[in-house]
Amino acid sequence: MTTQRPADDRLTTGTRSRSGTLNRFARRLPARVLTLVLLIVVVYPLAWLFIGSLKSQSDYLNNPSYSLPTHWMWGNYKTAWVTGDLGIYIRNSVTAVFPALALVIALGSAAGFALQVMKWRLSRPVMLLFLAGIMVPSQMILLPLFTIYFQVGLTGSLWPLIITYAATGLPLTVFMLATYFRAVPREVVEAAAIDGAGIFRVFFSVALPMVRNAILTVALVQFFFMWNDLLVALTFTNSNNLRTVQVGLLNFTGEFGAIQYGPLFAAICITVFGTLVLFIALNQQVMRGLTGGAVKG
Amino acid sequence: MTEFLGNRRAIATLVGPALLIYTAVMLVPVFWSAGYSFTSGNAITGYHFTGLANFRQLLADPNIGTALWFTLRYAVVLTIGQVATGYLLALLYVFVLKRASALIRTLIFFPIVLPTVAVALMFQSLFSVAPVTVPVNSLLSAVGYHPVDWFGSAGNAFWIIIIMDIWRSMGFYAVLLYAGLVDIPETTIEAARIDGATGLRLVRHIVAPLSFPVLLSALIFSINGTLKVFDSILALTNGGPGNATTPLTLYMFNTSFSYGEYGYGATIALLLTVICLVVTVALYRWSRTDSQGATQ
Repeated sequence: MTTQRPADDRLTTGTRSRSGTLNRFARRLPARVLTLVLLIVVVYPLAWLFIGSLKSQSDYLNNPSYSLPTHWMWGNYKTAWVTGDLGIYIRNSVTAVFPALALVIALGSAAGFALQVMKWRLSRPVMLLFLAGIMVPSQMILLPLFTIYFQVGLTGSLWPLIITYAATGLPLTVFMLATYFRAVPREVVEAAAIDGAGIFRVFFSVALPMVRNAILTVALVQFFFMWNDLLVALTFTNSNNLRTVQVGLLNFTGEFGAIQYGPLFAAICITVFGTLVLFIALNQQVMRGLTGGAVKG
Repeated sequence: MTEFLGNRRAIATLVGPALLIYTAVMLVPVFWSAGYSFTSGNAITGYHFTGLANFRQLLADPNIGTALWFTLRYAVVLTIGQVATGYLLALLYVFVLKRASALIRTLIFFPIVLPTVAVALMFQSLFSVAPVTVPVNSLLSAVGYHPVDWFGSAGNAFWIIIIMDIWRSMGFYAVLLYAGLVDIPETTIEAARIDGATGLRLVRHIVAPLSFPVLLSALIFSINGTLKVFDSILALTNGGPGNATTPLTLYMFNTSFSYGEYGYGATIALLLTVICLVVTVALYRWSRTDSQGATQ
């Protein structure tokens, strides 16, 4: 058994004796400890945050950081939501992100289809043009956009955010979806065309359903980009009523004069665990979609 | 069929809207912004042509030196840090945890989706010194060290930003690289094992070369993001102490919107864009020559 190294597992699965089980346990121990440490590193800060969100100000300031709250201050969440305006910030984020997301997916999938499936001379140059946009930092477009939005009179609304998110999200979306459309077999497109479907029918009824899961993945990536954006939101929101979650959190500390740790942590917790719930829900749907597709063949 | 797939009107309808928005909101502003770098003023006061004055200022500005040095140091250190950590995690998933890794993969991946500002505020509290002794400093006191004012010195602040960003992104890079490692054929690895390669030697001579393409794309992805870092630093240190942790992106933002110098801000943005362009093209070239070498 001494010649068995952890790396040999693939060759020796199936041969087990009592001493082998013990050996296995000892061999696996470092990996288990390492995994445990990793989990603590990821989970502990979040747990600490959650406990902090339930403490009163004096409790937080005077007692050790690892102790549980003396009184469980669920009211901190209400303070964060109402007094801290978190409700407004979340509404603004939703209003800005979802229209932009719908726009990006609609335009991006149409462009990706035309660039990958359809045959035309300029498709490669246009693709490269979109690709170049992935590299450009947002700082390079902020100042002209600010001038345009200011002169057109869009400042003071969420339109600048919607338009900017939609445009900056396009390069990556077009590129990713074009790659996925490559998986649509030519024969399927030809068969649909012979059956009398127009090109738009092929796009909507044949190609789009085939890349449904890919679209969900891309939408998820773009959602987190937009939801977590700070630069654009900070540039184009000039009043408290327009602030998104990120900008609102940044200014949260100033709202009460001295920092109120409980409500601040509660606000962070709401955004963090809200994202967590969304992540888990959508992650499972992506998995379900993938396995479902695999079973159907 | 070529007629069917080459339908011009359909192509225009499908690509047109995306191309139009992309051109109007991204392509045109890029050149417009480059034009601003020859002017002074801002959106409210109007612009005046000043020729190359902004570029002379750029060369003479000591803050540019600091910001440029910080940006490059941050990009290099963090790129190496997050790709290396991600790769080690991916190796752990594939060779040690194997099938049991799904839950751990998801858990370690999760911090990447959190709002950056929320994470930064959390790390600010984790490492803060006053008014309370918080986790990191109380840990230090417990093992006999004095609490450290983590954000008081440039060196410490730099490393806390790095630690925070590795904490956020290691799971993401692990999953990215995991996808590449899983693709290595099992037979290749078994053959190498029969030939006596184990542990580190197996990784160095078999696994690393075979996962080189995916490692390279992770590197390109990472350096492209780290050069543009903005939110995590703004929320964690706001560029401080002084301007010791101010990257070009933040310096551009402050110049433009705190001081209203759009012209000079546009010049800094141009410098940043040129750096991104040069680095991306260089990496792309390097990856092409390298993969050619590998196939020969």
